[in-house]
Amino acid sequence: MPKDSGIGAPSKRREDVRFLTGAGNYTDDINVAGQKYVVFLRSSVAHGNLNKVDTAAAAAMPGVVHIFTGDDFAEIGGLPCGWQIHSRDGEPMAEPPHPVLARGKVRHVGDPIAAVVADSVEQARDAAEAIELDIEELPAVVDMTDAISGNAAQVHEEAPNNLCYDWGFVEENRDATMEAFEGAHHVTTLELINNRLVANPMEPRVCIGDFNAPSGESTLYTTSQNPHVIRLLMGAFVLGIPEHKLRVIAPDVGGGFGAKIYHYAEEALCTFAAKTLKMPVKWTCDRSEAFISDAQGRDHKTKIELALDADGKFLAIRTETLANMGAYLSTFAPAVPTWLHGTLMAGTYTTPLIYCNVKAVFTNTLPVDAYRGAGRPEATYQLERVIDVAAREMGIDPVEIRRRNFIPADAYPYQTPVAVAYDTGDYHGTMDKLVEVADFAGFSARREASKAKGKLRGLGICSYIEACGIAPSALVGQLGARAGLFESCTVRVNAAGGVVVMTGSHSHGQGHETTFPQVVSEMLGMPEEMIEIVHGDTGRGPMGMGTYGSRSIAVGGAAMVRATEKIIAKATRIAAHLMEASHEDVEFKDGMFSVAGTDKQVDFGSVALSAYVPHNYPLETLEPGLEETAFYDPSNFTYPAGAYACEVEVDEDTGVVEIASFAAADDFGNIINPMIVDGQVHGGIGQGIGQALLENCVYDESGQLASGSFMDYAMPRADDLPMYTVDHSSITPCTHNPLGVKGCGEAGAIGSPPAVINAVVDALQSGGHNVTHLDMPASPDRVWAAIQAAK
Amino acid sequence: MPTVSMTVNGKSVSGEVEGRTLLVQFLRDHLSLTGTHVGCDTGQCGACVVNVNGDSMKSCNMLAASADGAEVKTIEGMANDDGSLGVIQQAFQDNHGLQCGFCTPGMVMTADDLLARNPNPSEVEIREYLEGNLCRCTGYHNIVKSIQAASAAMTAGE
Repeated sequence: MPKDSGIGAPSKRREDVRFLTGAGNYTDDINVAGQKYVVFLRSSVAHGNLNKVDTAAAAAMPGVVHIFTGDDFAEIGGLPCGWQIHSRDGEPMAEPPHPVLARGKVRHVGDPIAAVVADSVEQARDAAEAIELDIEELPAVVDMTDAISGNAAQVHEEAPNNLCYDWGFVEENRDATMEAFEGAHHVTTLELINNRLVANPMEPRVCIGDFNAPSGESTLYTTSQNPHVIRLLMGAFVLGIPEHKLRVIAPDVGGGFGAKIYHYAEEALCTFAAKTLKMPVKWTCDRSEAFISDAQGRDHKTKIELALDADGKFLAIRTETLANMGAYLSTFAPAVPTWLHGTLMAGTYTTPLIYCNVKAVFTNTLPVDAYRGAGRPEATYQLERVIDVAAREMGIDPVEIRRRNFIPADAYPYQTPVAVAYDTGDYHGTMDKLVEVADFAGFSARREASKAKGKLRGLGICSYIEACGIAPSALVGQLGARAGLFESCTVRVNAAGGVVVMTGSHSHGQGHETTFPQVVSEMLGMPEEMIEIVHGDTGRGPMGMGTYGSRSIAVGGAAMVRATEKIIAKATRIAAHLMEASHEDVEFKDGMFSVAGTDKQVDFGSVALSAYVPHNYPLETLEPGLEETAFYDPSNFTYPAGAYACEVEVDEDTGVVEIASFAAADDFGNIINPMIVDGQVHGGIGQGIGQALLENCVYDESGQLASGSFMDYAMPRADDLPMYTVDHSSITPCTHNPLGVKGCGEAGAIGSPPAVINAVVDALQSGGHNVTHLDMPASPDRVWAAIQAAK
Repeated sequence: MPTVSMTVNGKSVSGEVEGRTLLVQFLRDHLSLTGTHVGCDTGQCGACVVNVNGDSMKSCNMLAASADGAEVKTIEGMANDDGSLGVIQQAFQDNHGLQCGFCTPGMVMTADDLLARNPNPSEVEIREYLEGNLCRCTGYHNIVKSIQAASAAMTAGE
């Protein structure tokens, strides 16, 4: 029987009630009395000299309050980058300025040039259109290979040849890796593209800047995954507002997927405008604007080589990757193709030698940063594709070749050759589970059935690992992070019962308001309904680092456990006093304190009341009150892993690919709420199938975005996707956090693209079409063309 | 400016709007019914779906003036009279049919329209009817399950 509350229970989500009744409080639902409206004028060309921005006529139009241009920010900082990478030669990466509003040059379509503040959106829009621009268009550079060819336009003077960095990892293993290829029995080489994507959370970004003149306090309401990080970056590095005069509130946020991690120009502009004009201002992004102002994802070009011995054992891997940074460095962009990518190249395998070379490149396109998975999908895709190709070349079954190379279950902790050390895992176990839940045994019969319908059926698998719970501050500091990556939590027990948990994690769909109380409920032995979660407001909780990289339960949950443990420790001392016993003899179980070997007991509620009404209380040794804060900094990443299987049906005549089935067997460590974990995996797989079959962000040669709306960018719809079989019963608990949890938010998006493409290639091969590889998305035209080319 | 009058969730409302004011703007900005959301500007995402005279409509694709005299139902009108969740809403909660909640009002209103027309839709029919509603969180699995559960509950309740 499943539990009905606490850790492991499928508790229904309490936040659903407001979302289902239209009572959510998203940023665009907030209106501040007297607010004005901001509209941005953005560059319509990808690259050009910005010779003139004449606002005179526009400023005189009805309703216009003020127009800001790049000159207003001349003395103010630009947007900071939060991660510094060093090149192979030891030099720091090229880090060109990222202005809030463009000055002198525009570098991508959508680069903001001016911001109009007016009484209404319509007036602001009309005025923005009346601003006179003189932009001398320059040749744009879009393709990464062109960008570093020596013959391309320069995006930034500070980055010669458009190179941001040239990173090698692990540099000490480079020669040994090259040598291993010399003598290898077999080498498989694959060149592939990890297609550029647009995150497209359903809620577009919104900012409201407010300023309280008497107190000098600025408030920013924003659609953010990490309001404390925005307060730090914007306050300290852009606007020079100390944290005690700046409050950032991210209320209900309608999805993030990475795109709402970063500090954006619009946030700085709205905060600055409110303070300058002493009036609240609101900016609501529409979808067309989101396509040219949200950071985008992926966009890697990779050549991967795998060296194998005669038995199919992996000897070495080397890769060369070009990673698109776009026109400016978004907040965490440099980390994605490096430390979130190279460190995952061991996958679930014992490959002893790995060397990755990554060149990050500036182009006249939107900035690129983390999107669900962030570097780990790119690593998994190339690895799981090249393994499949190698298996086919060597005549080894794709499951068997993986099994021959899995890190054995008794090898933990396992030190990979790419810096990270896996604490625990069982990859044979998840593969066994997958073989069972995906019914591999029945595949040949299903293939025959598809054939009878005139379709080619393929089966593709993938074994993935990810590094989540990002991560130990000391380690990420060594790797170039300019931030700590702890998490915080304050647990406040109220006098008359009830607990408020203030977490630095942020929920934008993950269901923290439900899962976090499940943990505290279990620990304190009180009903979940007695526990309330507060998040998303720098004015109401301790400094926290927010939600991304599947870190909330692994890091934020751990901080919550630590704070709750402090509560229990203090409450035990209070209880001991009330029961006239030594605290060492007091036990706490199911909400009741008792003295071992006696019938003395006192409940948690009485202890809480006593803490605030300390009439009979050990005041000489213990402070009154029952409120504790913990900051938790993990000692390692967590390593969720699993195996995925996709079956597709391909129509040879049209190239149309349909997902026939999809199964996932994951090891997420311990599970807090299985219903929510299932939902996270479903969503990740949906996005992964989207990347593999549908989604593609495309620029033309002049840098115009050709896929700039939902009419042109193929978002997965209900009739594109199947029902998923999801299993997370394989559990190897994380050994270094108190809940034994690993995180589940990104797995689906990491493991599914290679499974889909492996399935498509398998289907084509089964029909006698000698197709080795297809780049994503495997759209009908590409599949059809691949079939024709193989003839 | 023209005045429009309509019935929204059973209440008579009226207001002065510009000719270009969209129904969704009238609902959100004039009536403070912010449960209806705007997720795109090309009529693709369906976050703004409401019911107008018995048909589900994308309220970003309709002028407020065009809804003059209409009977409009929004997500705020979907709960039971006692304030408890209606059958479809309850099915979404029971089946984890929502995550960030932003597309949810449009999903519920579209499901309401589907089940009014086809009380026992197949999985394929549900997926096809959701063609105009985008969700980025759920991969649709639990949305389909929610609508199936609502269908079963409504059929059982008859």
